[in-house]
Amino acid sequence: MDKHSSFAISNPHKVTLDNIQKLGLWLGISGLLILVLATLNVHLEPKNIFVLVSIGFILIGTTVYARRTYLKQPSGIKNNHVWFKSLTNRSVLGWSVGIILTLFYVLLYWFPKFLGLGINGEPNSGLIVMFDSISMFFKEQPASQWFVYGTLYTLAILALGIKFMYKYRHNQYQLIRTTVVIISQLFLAYLIPEILEGLNSETPYFAKDIKNMWPLNYYFFESWHLDNMLNGGTLGMFYLVVGIFMFLVFTPIITYFVGKRWYCSWICGCGGLAETAGDPFRHLSSKKLSAWKLERWLIHSVMVFIFIVTVVVLYGYFTGSGEFLGLSIYNYFSKPYGFLIGAMFSGVIGVGFYPMLGNRVWCRFGCPLAGYMGIIQRFKSRFRITTNGGQCISCGNCSTYCEQGIDVRAYAQKGENIVRASCVGCGICSAVCPRGVLKLENGPEKGRINPTDVLLGNDVDLMNLVNNKTSKF
Amino acid sequence: MEHIVIIGNGISGVTAARHIRKLSDKKITIISAETDYFFSRTALMYVYMGHMKFEHTQPYENWFWKKNRIELKKGYVTRVDTKQKTLHFINNDTLQYDKLIIATGSKPNKFGWPGQDLDGVMGMYHKQDLESLEKFAPNNNVCKRAVIVGGGLIGIELAEMLHSRHIPVTFLVRESSFWNKVLPKQESEMINKEIISNGIDLRLGVNLKEIKPDENGKVKSIVIAETGEEIPCNVVGLTAGVSPNIDFIKDSEIETNHGVKVNRYLETNIPDVYAIGDCAEQHEAIGNRRPIEAVWYTGRMMGETVAQTICKNRIPYKPGHWFNSAKFFDIEYQTYGWIWAEPKENEARFYWQHESEKKCIHISFDKNTKEFIGINCLGIRMRHEYFDKALTEKRTVNYVLEHLADANFDPEFYKLHEPEIVAKFNNEHGTNIHLKKKSWKRIFNLTN
Repeated sequence: MDKHSSFAISNPHKVTLDNIQKLGLWLGISGLLILVLATLNVHLEPKNIFVLVSIGFILIGTTVYARRTYLKQPSGIKNNHVWFKSLTNRSVLGWSVGIILTLFYVLLYWFPKFLGLGINGEPNSGLIVMFDSISMFFKEQPASQWFVYGTLYTLAILALGIKFMYKYRHNQYQLIRTTVVIISQLFLAYLIPEILEGLNSETPYFAKDIKNMWPLNYYFFESWHLDNMLNGGTLGMFYLVVGIFMFLVFTPIITYFVGKRWYCSWICGCGGLAETAGDPFRHLSSKKLSAWKLERWLIHSVMVFIFIVTVVVLYGYFTGSGEFLGLSIYNYFSKPYGFLIGAMFSGVIGVGFYPMLGNRVWCRFGCPLAGYMGIIQRFKSRFRITTNGGQCISCGNCSTYCEQGIDVRAYAQKGENIVRASCVGCGICSAVCPRGVLKLENGPEKGRINPTDVLLGNDVDLMNLVNNKTSKF
Repeated sequence: MEHIVIIGNGISGVTAARHIRKLSDKKITIISAETDYFFSRTALMYVYMGHMKFEHTQPYENWFWKKNRIELKKGYVTRVDTKQKTLHFINNDTLQYDKLIIATGSKPNKFGWPGQDLDGVMGMYHKQDLESLEKFAPNNNVCKRAVIVGGGLIGIELAEMLHSRHIPVTFLVRESSFWNKVLPKQESEMINKEIISNGIDLRLGVNLKEIKPDENGKVKSIVIAETGEEIPCNVVGLTAGVSPNIDFIKDSEIETNHGVKVNRYLETNIPDVYAIGDCAEQHEAIGNRRPIEAVWYTGRMMGETVAQTICKNRIPYKPGHWFNSAKFFDIEYQTYGWIWAEPKENEARFYWQHESEKKCIHISFDKNTKEFIGINCLGIRMRHEYFDKALTEKRTVNYVLEHLADANFDPEFYKLHEPEIVAKFNNEHGTNIHLKKKSWKRIFNLTN
């Protein structure tokens, strides 16, 4: 049965593309090719036109392809051949994309000069110079590697978000959620910060993506960032106050009412990329119990780590000392966190490994903000995934397509509601369930987990017996 | 230590094993000739369609069985010696039991059609059927056309499977409309349309006459009885229902009819031998149910029940209100209570259908007392608890409609049709039902 995991590039059950789909593919690939050539220092002139052509082609190509592909078929769940396709079953294409993404992140974080970043006052070249014109438009300075990354990131969420919406066009929850996550990235994370940056070119730099709060934004409390906000005029003070308020007050309250999904799959940038560009890889997350154990260890370790780092940098900030217990704060605390967690974990592994480990590696195993909200969601929230009585047939679609690796079926087949710290409320388990067994809800806390094993349909007296649990089974 | 042996590792047998383990420390062995581990039979279609790999259909990880001290034995039982309490296997192996549970499920029906055993003819029930389909219908080059015989739930699933690999399908249905022995006319009609709109060549009201071989003993074509039309094909799917898979006990002491005869305690005529699931046949049908119920849910319930009986708490099998579900291509189907294809003497019907989308509900209720009897939902998800409670409390159709907002189980932000549904009912029956707002209190029985 496992012959589909072969190293053949093609899907053995090929679907022929029609001319409109081919046109979409050609446009998208041409758009990408412009950027690839630029990376190799082959520039199509004028650059300021061709960068827009590239972005336009990618966007239009993806839309044309997705629209044609999904509108050709009746609306509904479209997971046919997912495990046969080379891109999505960890075969050659999947690995290739994974390797390319990983390399891109390595260059971006540690060797940006290979992407064309001008150092020591030299002008940009390669990929980065392509984006100078857009950067100049926003803030009258040449592009940095982070500006290029942000632009491409936003483009990926926009283009592949549109594709996602065609795919799930029958599902109102998915349409609204995806619209919000696209708008959130486009405006809150990209356009507004870039425009504010341009308007406040006199003040020192501080992060202007309002939703990127501590501890996800791990440098929020670092001395340089605090100083820059304090010296950033009214706007800087605003970001400082709002940043603290968001974490301390806003997040727990909203998470109590709707679960952590308001952030993780509706607002967050990492979540936005995972739900759009990462959607084709959601089934690759491990559902093993061992993975769940690892997840709990890892995510809480990262939480403790960032908490310690933050306490230490604040200590350093208020005492003016560069050391904590004789250890250099920068070398022993800030730098390792930034390197290991900020770059390696969330970037290189988090996105680069989409095609191998699924699209939520960072969110599931690493993100300290997700960990914090997860604790609230698990113990003090109205959110749950309700199981519909005794209707589960244990088919496994829900578990397979859970990007967070939750074994949803394990709960559903017992008639239990699902309340797991890691659930980001993407709603796909409910969408793929062929029997309508799962529903994301915000209801009263009483009866939230419904731990009675009541599999409706059977005799009530028997169910009472069944629920006298005698062993942990 | 008492040794409980279960033949069959489907939902019934495995549920029995799990619950016996919950309740006791008895030695448990599950025997299967089909697979090493329990898998969800209902999900086989998704493996062929590429939604899942086979291991994803297994609800428990492989360490689960050892951890819970449930022994798994792969083997094919050929004979049950109830006097010696011994099972005989095809490889001459034997196994002693103290108590035996027969949970061998079903096998696809074959009605003696000429050519029904040719290469390329298969049911869609066992994992071996899936492997056979993978062999004979890997793609539309090898399989130019498939013919499916029998219009039930498995038939339409097989059509969807083959369709996912772009293999042309001819679907022979004996009835005048799909599954209309079970579904009322309107629902059946909606499913006909769904089948046809997916490009399936649906033939209603026809029977198979014969399956013709090529020179290598493979399927070449089929012939339709009514018209004599010959349809070339490489695969024939036989999905005209299932029967209990109990050939191996036909000559034992255990009483059988179509299935293994059991009383309400799921006990056979032989002490210490029980039968559950698809292969069990009640002496007396329970309520409106059939004596043999080949349904996932009832198999699970029988497993729970027999575990109690075996663990010194002898109780009868008392299934609650009937419910079932299926999916026809992209249309989900749920049913609660009874809604027959044809209304009975005392029944009235209420039907609502969405003007453009593939959604409808069909309610059956008592003409005189207005008591709610059952509902079919296509394309709308409904809360199981809601209807279970309505049936237990013998609510009227008016009450059910008045609180229908509590019942909806569609994902958030879906368009709700309750106001429209209630308005139509009021219009047709001259009633004045006011739809109540959804109430968590009622849904969770926080108050009555």
